[in-house]
Amino acid sequence: MNSPTPQFVPSRLGIYEPIHQIGIWGENFKSNGNPNTSTSVIVEVDNKLENESETTSHEMLTASNNYEQEASKPIDKIQRRLAQNREAARKSRLRKKAYVQQLENSRLKLIQLEQELQRARQQGLYMGGVLEGSHIGFSGTVNSGIAAFEMEYGRWVDVQHRQICELRTALNVHISDIELRILVESGIGHYFELFRMKSTVAKADVFYVISGVWKTSAERFFSWIGGFRPSELLKVLVPQLDPLTEQQILEVCNLKQSCQQAEDALSQGMEKLQETVSSTVAGGPVDEVSYIPQVATAMEKLEALVSFVNQADHLRQETLQQMSRILTTRQAARGLLALGEYFHRLRALSTLWATRPPEPSLP
Amino acid sequence: MDKVMRLASEKDVVVFSKSSCCLCYAITILFQELGVTSTVHEIDQDPEGREMEKTLVRLGCNAPVPAIFVGGRLVGSTNEVMSLHLSGGLIPMLKPYQTWC
Repeated sequence: MNSPTPQFVPSRLGIYEPIHQIGIWGENFKSNGNPNTSTSVIVEVDNKLENESETTSHEMLTASNNYEQEASKPIDKIQRRLAQNREAARKSRLRKKAYVQQLENSRLKLIQLEQELQRARQQGLYMGGVLEGSHIGFSGTVNSGIAAFEMEYGRWVDVQHRQICELRTALNVHISDIELRILVESGIGHYFELFRMKSTVAKADVFYVISGVWKTSAERFFSWIGGFRPSELLKVLVPQLDPLTEQQILEVCNLKQSCQQAEDALSQGMEKLQETVSSTVAGGPVDEVSYIPQVATAMEKLEALVSFVNQADHLRQETLQQMSRILTTRQAARGLLALGEYFHRLRALSTLWATRPPEPSLP
Repeated sequence: MDKVMRLASEKDVVVFSKSSCCLCYAITILFQELGVTSTVHEIDQDPEGREMEKTLVRLGCNAPVPAIFVGGRLVGSTNEVMSLHLSGGLIPMLKPYQTWC
């Protein structure tokens, strides 16, 4: 007796083709058992088939219905399987989305940390330089005045943020005017503190102050002689102060105009200073190797830059002082809140800008 | 003392300056904006410049220049003029001397 050889050879895709199956079954019948039996079976099968072909359509239908009922179970299974697949795919998509979101957040955090690290490193460089007395960094000479300012300014910003939050709470809670006045005074005093700090560091390195490198990039965009424009400050404040009395409107209007005039005068003075320094540096024969006289004279003239920075800060201080005089306590509190919030948003804008996704490179 | 006060009272608005001083220039621009023609004395060009500088400091100016006199009276330096202007006090002071062309 032959041992049945494997008759079912799966195709490459693992699909069993029905025609082959029937043929294989046929062969099985032939190869197994008694040839007699097999033939009779085949005959029976043949008969059955012939009988079936003679049946009425009703019987055919019944037969086919039976077939469908038998087959609907597999269809149910298929439907269930498809639904499960859909659900799994949906969950997979959601998981992927959550993962990508996490990645984006981590990326943002990483960039922020890198920026902090760079800043800390720069400070460390300055501090390290002070301790070792060696020349470090792009500018060559280490400046302890700048290092001190950087640290103080960092603290200043933190205190500023705290004050803004306090003002916001105080205005919502309706505390007494006296208590509000205290907050207003300390808010204004905080700005005066900044001007004092700037005055000190300007003596150490006036270019540092004017460059605005100690501020965030968006703040630097609006920079005028080492800080914000007083007239710009008024534009930010005034819409937040409604309602103003007629007298107040008049006084604020006059203040705006005086600010603008003072700013124009200082701006023109700065231009003159630029011209003076430029012509001094460029002066003298260029075919001579020694430029010391020109540079030395230019150094003297640059001293004036310190005065300009001080004057600009003085203008800022006076503007704040005048506004404090013109406004009521509550209005002044709202003004300080608006101003502080404005700078806070500029700083946030700088961070967002620095962390925006890179532009796709063009093909 | 004399020269400074003499020069200060000769004209309506007098600014003591130095030829290289750009802040002094800024002050004259401001006066121009307000319709005032200021007379500028550059003390570094003056033979008695050193004395004048000492006088101005003695009169109370932080920096000898710019020193601003209006109607023969010392107003002060840049700080004082700017404060005055922002508080609204400068224009009334200059009113008698405004010459709009």
